[in-house]
Amino acid sequence: MSNEHITLHTQALAANPDLAFFWEATKKESMLLPHCADCGKTHWHPRLFCPFCFSNKLEWKESAGKATLYAATTLSKASEPYIVAYVELAEGPLMLTNIVDYSLDDLQIGAPLTLTFSPMSSGHFLPVFRLAKK
Amino acid sequence: MKRNDKAYIAGIFEHPTRHAPDKSLVQLHAECALGALKDAGLSPKDVDGFFGGRDIPGSNANWFIDHMNLKLRHIDSTDAGGCSPLIHVSHAVDAISSGRCNVALIILAGRPRSEQMKTGTAPRPCEPDRPDALWEAGYRPTISTAYAMMMSRHMHEYGTTLEQLAWIRVAASEHAKHNPNAMFNKPVTVDDVMRSPLVASPLRRMDCCVISDGGGAIVLVSPEIAKSLKNPLVRVIGSGHTVHGQNGGYSSLTTTGASVSGPIAFAEAGVTAKDFKYASIYDNFTIMVLMQLEDLGFCKKGEGGKFVADGKLISGNGPLAINTDGGGLCNNHPSNRGGITKLIEATRQLRGTAHPAVQVKNCDLALASGPGGFIGTGYAHATVVLERL
Repeated sequence: MSNEHITLHTQALAANPDLAFFWEATKKESMLLPHCADCGKTHWHPRLFCPFCFSNKLEWKESAGKATLYAATTLSKASEPYIVAYVELAEGPLMLTNIVDYSLDDLQIGAPLTLTFSPMSSGHFLPVFRLAKK
Repeated sequence: MKRNDKAYIAGIFEHPTRHAPDKSLVQLHAECALGALKDAGLSPKDVDGFFGGRDIPGSNANWFIDHMNLKLRHIDSTDAGGCSPLIHVSHAVDAISSGRCNVALIILAGRPRSEQMKTGTAPRPCEPDRPDALWEAGYRPTISTAYAMMMSRHMHEYGTTLEQLAWIRVAASEHAKHNPNAMFNKPVTVDDVMRSPLVASPLRRMDCCVISDGGGAIVLVSPEIAKSLKNPLVRVIGSGHTVHGQNGGYSSLTTTGASVSGPIAFAEAGVTAKDFKYASIYDNFTIMVLMQLEDLGFCKKGEGGKFVADGKLISGNGPLAINTDGGGLCNNHPSNRGGITKLIEATRQLRGTAHPAVQVKNCDLALASGPGGFIGTGYAHATVVLERL
């Protein structure tokens, strides 16, 4: 598998020192979500201000780690096919992610998902999802 | 309603190449520029306004403008992905009507085929400081995974079928068979589309546009200059554009920016969807055609499948013909960008110079509509309405 995406992620991390704490937290298997203390909304992707009311009073809370599948696809043309998905976080927003450990045949839109973390060679962990256990 | 009489499309040119391994990118742009000016009956010395996006070689347009030795008084390097030329038209109309220029050159070219670019199936490199990069690059989304998810979500919400979507490709191929320059000009059937290899489920290869080298250019001029030239009079009467982003995580994959840019352009032009018999709808993927037709108001949201099925988009078969050059699906998608070819075929239809087999009778109103950038981040959309006098 090509590692260009990890290189790009590492470069992006260097370009965003003000959001490094999010990725530090992933090393402890925690995904922090920005909740606006003024309007109450949770947004994704993370910013340092609320994109709805533009307040900078954000509370970064650990995600409950629950989501449902909004849409997914397997990139069949990749040398090692992988699943790209939009999931709807229990906290509200849609998030682009990967689904791991399952083939798309097992997944229906609306399926319950659980957060897990995929290690990257950079030492950080990527928040991804797997099918929730029944 | 009195219609806008601000700027006219005086020249169009679509480069005949679809594979240019031995031609430089800058020469491809130059040939497109010269071709459109020749079509208009003008020379590079007449150009005083220039509009081009990121496909132009160099970090901005200055180097190309110098290479062409253009003497300009208005420069616009707006880049919004594939719909950039549609936005350039909007900007050029404003520039001409405010006296900033009289002859505007709009250009787009590229050679992704010769560069062996994996346009849809490999993650695209991007600037690390792009605000989505930190949150999306790690997941390796590609253009095909993005549109595959739009497709599966539309099928889920509205019952749209693979067969209905396949008809969009069939219509494109029925048009492309009359276009000797088209990259694929052999007609295909619904079965052919359904049996083509999976790229990203449920997206199949024939749901995807071509990867071609080439380009095109357009010359917009003031009304006075247009009337002194020989081509039929085609004017821009409305335009709109937007960025249809992710809305902080609360957006829908089944609605496009056409829901914003379309109404703006239609209101300015004083038209509605039912006034059109021809539309150029950017067809990077079959699903994008269907969703834009819905969002532009050609049918109700969710009923796009019925609207496109059974060959109704083929010229002469239904109320609306689209992409009679074969579109991006079969004809041409230079620089992985569909904006310029959409404007060119709409202008051919209005001039009455489309291939006779696909020419819409008495075509006096047309639109060009398309997205740019990457869904859902940074996702632009633009619509332009054109009229023949």
